[in-house]
Amino acid sequence: MRIVLALVAVGVLAGIAWAGGQSPAMQAFLAIVAPYVAIAVFVVGIGARVIGWARSAVPFRIPTTCGQERSLSFIRFSPLDNPSSSLGAVGRMALEVLTFRSLFRNTRAELKPGGRLVYSSDKWLWAGALLFHYSFLAVFLRHYRFFVEPVPKVIAVLQGLDGFFQVGVPVFFLTSFGLIAGLGYLLARRLVDARMRYLSLPADYFPLFLLLGIALTGIGMRHLWKVDIVRVKELAIGLVNFHPAVPQGVGPLFYVHLFLVSALLAYFPFSKLVHMAGVFLSPTRNLANNNRAVRHLNPWNPPIVGHTYAEWEEEFHDKMKAAGLPLDRE
Amino acid sequence: MHDGGKILTGLAVFLVLALLPFWHNAVGGTAAAPQPKIVTQEKECVAPRETIRSTHMELLNTWRDTVVREGTRTYMDARGKTVNMSLTNTCLSCHPNKKEFCDACHNYLAVSPYCWQCHVEKKESA
Repeated sequence: MRIVLALVAVGVLAGIAWAGGQSPAMQAFLAIVAPYVAIAVFVVGIGARVIGWARSAVPFRIPTTCGQERSLSFIRFSPLDNPSSSLGAVGRMALEVLTFRSLFRNTRAELKPGGRLVYSSDKWLWAGALLFHYSFLAVFLRHYRFFVEPVPKVIAVLQGLDGFFQVGVPVFFLTSFGLIAGLGYLLARRLVDARMRYLSLPADYFPLFLLLGIALTGIGMRHLWKVDIVRVKELAIGLVNFHPAVPQGVGPLFYVHLFLVSALLAYFPFSKLVHMAGVFLSPTRNLANNNRAVRHLNPWNPPIVGHTYAEWEEEFHDKMKAAGLPLDRE
Repeated sequence: MHDGGKILTGLAVFLVLALLPFWHNAVGGTAAAPQPKIVTQEKECVAPRETIRSTHMELLNTWRDTVVREGTRTYMDARGKTVNMSLTNTCLSCHPNKKEFCDACHNYLAVSPYCWQCHVEKKESA
């Protein structure tokens, strides 16, 4: 049911764009209004989320530690898994952001016959996530060719590498395949295992279907149902120069692609996808573990007013004296 | 705000990267859409204009495979005329201006077809 909900939502979005792509009034909305609104929501939304996180209190350092902490000189410590310095924390973040190190530690729990619970290493999620994210990055960067003229050399080189094997004409890009394969794995992972199915929500399926829709319409436009790509680039350049014009003679499939991308951008700041920004602000990962080396004061601690014994004795001097208690001062 | 400087720097980097096409165009300026120049007197190509525009690369690929692998050089085109399957002798006879015709759109879209790894580019006078 939850998966159906997500699929229907993406289907409705695609249907709106497909139908709207054939009426001139809706074309202006789909080609011009929706992308601008989506970009604005994306940028402002991400900014607001980040500022919101930044304003939350950090009274103490709470890094999750995955290795030996730095202590005595003769005990070997893990500078990247339990960083003691900012540089180490930067290294740890780089490993996380670029190589998904935390997913590399993913384990799988299995109940063996006889009630034996066995934990084993499970690298599939790590590999699938790497495949998806890097393919998506390459696809994203390749699209830069639609937004600037002349196209930078870097993008041409990237395209050349991506299409290195020259399969078909137009060349089928490796990352097109990687994107679909990665998304397919991430979706299958949620569907094959009953426990994963139980845990999965519409908010987990929706981005997967949305991205699959984007990828499939994109690949479809490149290889099967061609659109007038020159008009597409004119629209893209018009959008980034603030004088967009509705492109003439571009098929409805392009509107579906563009509208799904707009939906993705607008959905981004409000969903799990915001981990793109959130990973950088994870207090369990971006702080050096120096709790024992450096004193961290909670900023909202009330001021501690000291009251020494001498002051106390001064306060109760008369009563103590009357009770015959010994006094320091005398 | 804890570590406000670092976070705001990160946000600034995000703004620069996320909106890079906007900055790039604001600084670099833009070019108009290409107008491939047709110099031939012929009125029709081997397929309707729209078909050629969208799928000429597939047609050329099929031609290459047919010629190289099967040795056939005759192609029945959309008008029912037979044409010689040849990039150099058929396509380029009507469109000898590669720079103004082929390259106009290909460069605009950063498409670099590998036709010219085997085929000789004819010298253009202009």
